Amino acid sequence: MAERLRPYRVLLGSQIRSQTAYRRSFVMELLGSVAIGVLEFTEVYVIFANVEFLGELDFAAAALLFAIANIAFSLADLVVGHVDRIPIYLRMGTLDAFLLRPLPVLAQLITSDISLRRLGRTALGVAVLAVALPLNDIAWSPAKVLLLVVATAAGAAIFAALFVCAAALQFWLVEGSEFANSFTYGGAYASQYPASIFALPVRVLFAFVVPAAFVAYLPTLALLDIPGPPGLPAWLGWCGPLMATAIWGVALLSWRAGVRHYTGTGS
Amino acid sequence: MCAAHHTLDVPDSARRSFRRRTTATARRVVERWRLFAAYVAMGFRRWSTYRLAMAAGAFTNTVFGLIKAYITVGAIGAAGGAVGGYDAATGATYAWLAQALIGPVNVFGWRDLAERIRTGDVAVDLARPIDPQFAFLATDLGRAAYTFIPRGGPPLLVGALVTGLALPSSPLPYLLGTVSIALAVMASFAGWWLLNLAAFWLLDLRGATTLYLVASNVLSGMIIPVHWFPDWLWTVASCTPFPSLIQTPIDVVMGHVTGTEALSVIGVQCGWLAGMLLTGQLLFRAGARRLVVQGG
Repeated sequence: MAERLRPYRVLLGSQIRSQTAYRRSFVMELLGSVAIGVLEFTEVYVIFANVEFLGELDFAAAALLFAIANIAFSLADLVVGHVDRIPIYLRMGTLDAFLLRPLPVLAQLITSDISLRRLGRTALGVAVLAVALPLNDIAWSPAKVLLLVVATAAGAAIFAALFVCAAALQFWLVEGSEFANSFTYGGAYASQYPASIFALPVRVLFAFVVPAAFVAYLPTLALLDIPGPPGLPAWLGWCGPLMATAIWGVALLSWRAGVRHYTGTGS
Repeated sequence: MCAAHHTLDVPDSARRSFRRRTTATARRVVERWRLFAAYVAMGFRRWSTYRLAMAAGAFTNTVFGLIKAYITVGAIGAAGGAVGGYDAATGATYAWLAQALIGPVNVFGWRDLAERIRTGDVAVDLARPIDPQFAFLATDLGRAAYTFIPRGGPPLLVGALVTGLALPSSPLPYLLGTVSIALAVMASFAGWWLLNLAAFWLLDLRGATTLYLVASNVLSGMIIPVHWFPDWLWTVASCTPFPSLIQTPIDVVMGHVTGTEALSVIGVQCGWLAGMLLTGQLLFRAGARRLVVQGG
């Protein structure tokens, strides 16, 4: 096993060394990543400067929701976010090099460009979580601690699967890579807000097609013991791992179909 | 008759040289505008090649518009029907219009010039007999003209179907709105021009680009209307050119500001535009002076 993982360890190690080689550049990018998180939190902040409740959540609950969604998304973005560069690989023909090596293409792609700067956004999410948790009135139990951890991990897995689905679509779209952004970044955006504010068809879309509601909204409801809106009972907050497994199945199947569809750009 | 009287005692030769000078100046002005128009047309043609990318962009803007419109309407409903001068219908309209402007105003910007500075290709721009800022601006206007309908139409169409749009019924807001949008396009260009110029002094622009994106997205009203900001943030925003990019054109189109008030916000746009273009011109010259391009 250790022997099989060695190539990935080497690839990752070289990535980490090269990204941190230029200290000042790296710090700037880290700050940029924090700034993106701040940008998104500003929207929540400005909304709650005007209203007391959005959906069934007050500012503290919305901050908790934001924190879980942001940590989950930034972790997924850190590990697989760069697969949305695949149209460039397809156009330049660099994917062929991956295909020639005796390792799975997806695993190579993931380890080829881990972006450590995205930890900046994770850090912001953790900071918001640290402030939001004590502000919320949560009846703590071991189960709820477990829920918080599992939900965050499952959320990251859901976003990661969305990234892979989007990347798989690129084998057919190439020029239209931005289509896929609607589901990855759009899903991330939708996950930061209570799904109850959406009209029913949109709520279903962001719960069961692009499962953004399972990342943070439903777990937040379960943590705070708030009953969900019609169609989304709070106990679904425990089903994040199931959803993550299902969507990873879809992601891997479409990825395989995509790689098989790929015929190379010639030379 | 009157003109004949006036020129009566001017010597013939002087009159001829005066006419030559004026026709030469006029020809130069006409030539300059013809060149400008040619660059606008080239920008238009260049962008019209990427049809699928355009459709993809419009689709994404529409999906985000859907989420944003529901957030806006949800917040307005939670506040009891109105926030910062917007009711549910006008709030949703704001969200859709902001999404429709992303393409034409080029909210997410461009980095072509920075790349040309980094690689040294900017030397070619400097060698051309036309001012680079003038040429880039003209091309960008062509781009905006092309993206106006394909990027702006779909979000507005979906918006009209899903939440409905609350737009004025008289023609004047649209007329002024077109002027305001054109100014917003140019102001956005001028801002990104300045950011691109940083490549003369910095090796790595990614951090600076992200910070600029964050500032411009929040403070322009792209994310949420500037009128919703708490006082301190509103003060910060109004000290920057960013509200001129999104909030102002939407205010004008929606008839939120009318008459002299509309003219005054358009005046503010003109002021920022002139200031930024001039700064860009001066900084470009300063940067070009310290530029060393290797190779041959």
